Order: sequence, then structure tokens, then C-alpha cells
Amino acid sequence: MAVQILMPALSPTMTDGKLVRWLKKEGDAVSPGDVIAEIETDKATMEVEAVDDGVIGKILVPEGTENVTVNTPIAILTEEGETVPETAASATPAEPAKSGPAKVAPEATTAPAVPEKSVSESEKDWGETEEVTVREALRDAMALEMRRDQDVFLLGEEVAQYQGAYKISQGLLDEFGEKRVLDMPITEHGFTGMAVGAALTGLKPIVEFMTMNFSMQAIDHIINSAAKTLYMSGGQMGCPIVFRGPNGPAARVGAQHSQCYGSWYAHVPGLKVVAPWSAADAKGLLRAAIRDPNPVIFLENEILYGQKFSCPVDDDFILPIGKAKIERQGEDVTLVGFSISVGTALAAADLLAEEGINAEVINLRSLRPLDIETIVGSVKKTSRLVTVEEGWPFAGIGAEIVMQVIEHAFDWLDAPPVRVAGIDVPMPFAANLEKLALPQPDWVVNAVRKLV
Amino acid sequence: MNDGASVTDKGRNDPGLSTAELEHAFHDMLLIRRFEEKAGQLYGMGLIGGFCHLYIGQEAVVVGVQLALKQGDKIITSYRDHGQMLAAGMDPRGVMAELTGRATGYSHGKGGSMHMFSREKNFYGGHGIVGAQVALGIGLAFANKYRGTDEVSIAYFGEGASNQGQVYESFNLAALHKLPCVFVIENNRYGMGTSVERASASKELWRNGEPWGIPGKQIDGMDVSAVNTATKEAVAYCRAGKGPYLLEMSTYRYRGHSMSDPAKYRARTEVDEIRQKRDPIDHVRNELLAAGIEEEKLKKIETDVKAVVADASQFAETSPEPDPSELYTDVLVEA
Repeated sequence: MAVQILMPALSPTMTDGKLVRWLKKEGDAVSPGDVIAEIETDKATMEVEAVDDGVIGKILVPEGTENVTVNTPIAILTEEGETVPETAASATPAEPAKSGPAKVAPEATTAPAVPEKSVSESEKDWGETEEVTVREALRDAMALEMRRDQDVFLLGEEVAQYQGAYKISQGLLDEFGEKRVLDMPITEHGFTGMAVGAALTGLKPIVEFMTMNFSMQAIDHIINSAAKTLYMSGGQMGCPIVFRGPNGPAARVGAQHSQCYGSWYAHVPGLKVVAPWSAADAKGLLRAAIRDPNPVIFLENEILYGQKFSCPVDDDFILPIGKAKIERQGEDVTLVGFSISVGTALAAADLLAEEGINAEVINLRSLRPLDIETIVGSVKKTSRLVTVEEGWPFAGIGAEIVMQVIEHAFDWLDAPPVRVAGIDVPMPFAANLEKLALPQPDWVVNAVRKLV
Repeated sequence: MNDGASVTDKGRNDPGLSTAELEHAFHDMLLIRRFEEKAGQLYGMGLIGGFCHLYIGQEAVVVGVQLALKQGDKIITSYRDHGQMLAAGMDPRGVMAELTGRATGYSHGKGGSMHMFSREKNFYGGHGIVGAQVALGIGLAFANKYRGTDEVSIAYFGEGASNQGQVYESFNLAALHKLPCVFVIENNRYGMGTSVERASASKELWRNGEPWGIPGKQIDGMDVSAVNTATKEAVAYCRAGKGPYLLEMSTYRYRGHSMSDPAKYRARTEVDEIRQKRDPIDHVRNELLAAGIEEEKLKKIETDVKAVVADASQFAETSPEPDPSELYTDVLVEA
């Protein structure tokens, strides 16, 4: 049967081209792969190859023709001994291929609806508590999950024999052995890729970065390999993995070791991003992160590691990812923070209380998914919003929260929301300058004073 | 000292593939070639958009490697991945339908040419960032070892990727932890438009694992038997728990890097000469004829392959596009 050879598109943008010359003439036999013609595209001259066996029955577009539209029949390929049917021999463009996505009106222009819900949905009571440090809480969470599931293992720099650069993994090597607690060479890109590869098979690695700053060496695997594979595979291949480590400014460690990655990772669909403040947050959320079938970024804070909080002792204690916690009830203003900034906000609330202002303090716990319901519920009560974070203000978490509150509760606001954030400079080293760069409780107090 | 100290003799003295295996190889290589030619055609018709990296010329590599593997062994590669998928036994319909972005594609149209996966066939993608699949590949090997199986992982990458830093991090990690990973460099001589001579100070890529004690061999990647013999040896080494192994397959891609590559960096005579003298499919065809297989039998295989490709193409052209609701699914696993 005669088939038409069509003018090919050799780049995504090509609409037409010049048929420079024919390398075969009518009557020539061709096989797949034979170069039959040269065409000039918008980029360069390229070759057209035959894709079927046959004989060039008729050339429809003579060489030298310019502006030949893509998909125009340029020749007729016949089988040996066959004549060219009359109907096939016209050089009009074939029906363009339908390959664009179906036209649907984008829904993303309107904000997703926030269900009306009471703010005061209290957290489950886990009973008896004890005072533990965030450091111990993190270690206990990993140990509990490693006992529970053989597929969970920990890898990172100095996590095994050294017992953790910040002593988070203390005792884990002794209990779980070197098969499940693995020291890595200083090669974040390589070992993160390795861990992601293992997770694609269903294992559940915990990758400890000595600090999240070093995760930038591995950010391609975190985003391109871990976060996107589920989608790219049409839901076939998930990546159950936790990336954890201290995030944000520590103390006097300079610009390259003092940065918050909250907004970096929260930007990415396919990731969950968690940022605990208290020991209970650390324990409950890390257990949830390890059990989560998705890649989870777990942002710790070095300054908080040694701080003690009361934490439930119940062996089943776990917290849901995506649910914020109201740490302090108030009616006059909503303060929203995460990680160490929750402490800053609470300190500010104490100062404000002395002035007779009752601030509500929300501990986000999770940056993605963001519990906008709780924030909006609170703003509808207080009508005023201040966000607090140590990261930079530009395109930060505060910016996102403020935008979402405007989308969902604009009419409830009595004053423009305010962002309190780290100063927009690389972190300086000098003690006085470093202090000037980071949000202090009185910054929050001053921000609130402008609103009430 | 590792046994990569000398270039292999191409495995010609090895008993190699049986006639039945050679027939199988001929079939699979021809399937890849015809499939890729059809993909190129569909691209020209506007049915495939974006990037499309064809495997034509390199067929002996994946087919020779695949014939050395057993059930459970894992494969991972770059964006030039159609050959690996077909060799691994993935359905040509599902692959072609993914190329055309249809709901019936392996990734429901959400991956495209560069991003397909199959748990069933142990194919772990389809990765678009040059070199990333190597670190992921040692992760697959890590999982094999962690689970206590004797399965191996094959991490394919090009000679262009072989200069990436994470490849060397992966060599170190794999050697350090004795991970059962065969690194297969498909040296097709050009990383996009840059020849290997202009990109790599190391001229003997098969020796690139030497600092880590990783044995390496250079193989004629246009000879499916030679590829198979070398891979069997590498795989046996990995299964025995000795650590990773490196194979450099000397091969050639006939087509451009992707569809919109004018190929000005090489002379047409270079392509023609390799096509005429070293074509991997001609090679296996001649081996089969020399072994006494009748021409008619090969013709039958050709006809069968053509029908399979025509069917895949028809399927890919007529399948529906993904439902708009697919836009929002598979971002996260709902717990």
C-alpha cells in the first residue's frame, strides 16, 4: 500500500522548512534509515530518513522548495511494482496532529476553599509526660521507628561511630548495628542519591545532613529524584525517605552555616516539610515523617537541641503532619512561627501581656502542607497577623502565610499583616551583628504595637 | 590488582550466546531499532513533543546486558531510555503511548520519553539529570545488599555523564560498601555535540574506577555476544559480593543527541562508515546466518517486529489523552 512521506518537524518550534535536496529519485528503492532528503529547519540543515521499505513512487515537492509546511506530503512511498494512486498524490498539508493538552479552564486562579472549622479542636491527650531535650526526643523517635520497621535505617556523616555530630544518633549504632546505622563519607550528592535509590525500592532511609546547609550539595536528588518520581511514574514509584538535620542560624558560625531552608523546600510539590519546635513536636513529628510514604524534609534547630520540654511518655505517641498547634490562646493578635521562632513569639506574647495585649501564638509544626485552616480561624478571631521566622523575608514563609490569609480572610483583617524575619543579608559573624540580624521578641512586640 | 588492567579480547573465545539466544537478541535489537525509527517518525508528525532521544545504533548494549541478568536484577538509566525499557520486556504499546503523552502510557502521560518506570520489570527510570542515575543506581544495589539478596543493579550512563562528580562519589561509595552494581558506560562518543576527546581527560574510561579498585573492561558495544560475555562476568563478580564492576561499551548513536540536533559536529561519512561496517544488527544477523539459520526465519522475525511496532504506534496514536483530573494526582502518596 502506498504511504505518504510527510514533511517532518525536527524541532518543537518548527512550523515549516525548505526542502533543500532529494538524495533519492523516483523509482529508487529505500530501506529504513536511508537518507532520502535534506531539509533546512529554523536551526540548521538536517536529514530525512526513510522509515519503511519501499520505492519512491512520486516526489511531490521538488527540491529547492521553501516554506514547506510540516506534515505536508513530500513524496509517495510505494511497494515494489505498485503504481501511485491518484488520490494520494497531492501536496496539501495533512490534518495537524492533535497533541496539545485538552483545553480546560485553569482552576488555580481562585484560592482553594478553606472549610469553616472551629479553631479550638484540641490535641489528643497523651497522658503522662516527662522532661526531655529535643536531642533525646529525636533519638528516641528514630529508635522507636527502627525497632518497629526493619526497612528503616539511618545514614549520614558521623552518625554511627562518632554518635552524631550533634549527638542526635547517640546509642543507635550499639542497638541497631552497622547495617542500619551507616557512616557516610563527606559526599552529600552521592550518598543522598544512593539513599533515594534505595527508597525507590521501598526501603525507608533517614538521611542526616550534618546541617541542612550541606543539603544544597544534594538538592538535585531531593527535588528531581525524590520529590518528582511519584508524579513522573504516574503513581507507580514513591519515595519514602526523611531528610533531617539542623536548619537555620546556629550561633556564630557565619554565613555559609546559617540559613533557613524552610521556604526553599516548602516551594516544592511532592515534598512534605516539617519544622518542630518542642521535644514533643520533635518526637511525634519525626515518627510521623519516618512512617510517611513520601519524602519529608525535617528541619531541626541546633539551638533547640539541648532545650528541655515536657513530652508524652506513651510508646505510641505520634503527631500528624500538616496540623499546627495553638501554643497560647489570645484574642488581640495572631503570631505565627515555626521552629525556634515559636519561642520568640511566645516571649513576645509574655511582653505583650504586660501591656494588656493578648496574643495567640501558633506553632506551625508543618510548612508543607500548611495548616492554613488554623491560621485563618485564629485571624478571624483576632483580626491581626504577625508572622515570625529567622529566614529571609523575600519569598519567605511569612510572605506565603500573609498571602493565604489575604485570600481567605481579607475582610476580617483590621490592619495590614506584618512579617518579622531575619534581616536580608548573609549572616555576619560578629556577635553584635548576628544578634541584629535575627528576630528578637521586642521586634515582634514593636510590630504588634503598630497593629493595635 | 584488579583484572581491569588489560583491554578485553571482546569475548570472542567465550562460548557466548547460543543460537536461540542470538535469535532472541536479533529480535529485541530489531524491535528497538524499528520502534525508535517509528518514534522518530511520530516526532516528525508532531505526535511526540519535547525531547526524544533515540537509541538507534546502540541496540547491542542493552540487549547483551539484559541476556546476562536474572529476575529481580534492577536497571536504571538516563533519558536515552527506550532501548532499556524494551529490552527489559516492557510493553511497546505502553512505552509508545507515553511518548505521545497518552493516558495508556507507563506514566499515564505524566512522564514522557525521559521518565518511565516499571516495578514489575525492575526498571527504575528514565532520569533526565545527567549522572543522577548513577547515584540512584548504587542505591538500588544498596537495597539488594540490605535485603540480603544476590540481585545486582545495572547503572547505565553515557561517556558524557562519566565526568560528573557524583559518578565518582558513587564509585567510592559502591566500592567502600561492596555494593553489587555494574556501572555500564555507553560510550557513543558524543555528549550531545562534544566528542569524548574534547570532554574527558581520561582516555580509557574503563579504567576510571581504578583508584577505588573497581575492575573495568572495554567492550565492543556493537557486538551483542561480546557485551553479553563481559556482562556475565561482571554480574557474577557482583553476585559473589566482591563489589562493583565497570564496563565501557564502545558504541555509536546514528541519530542526533535528540530530535533537534543538526549533527554538525561529525561528518556524515563517519556515521555511514560505522553503519556499514559495525552495525550491531547486521552483526548478529551475520552470526545467525553463519550458524545456519535460514534467511526466511529472520524475515519472519522482521515481519513480526514490524507488526508489533505498527500496533504500538496505532495504540499510541489512538489512545486518549490523560483526563484533566490527572494533573492533580500522584503528587503525594495519600497515607
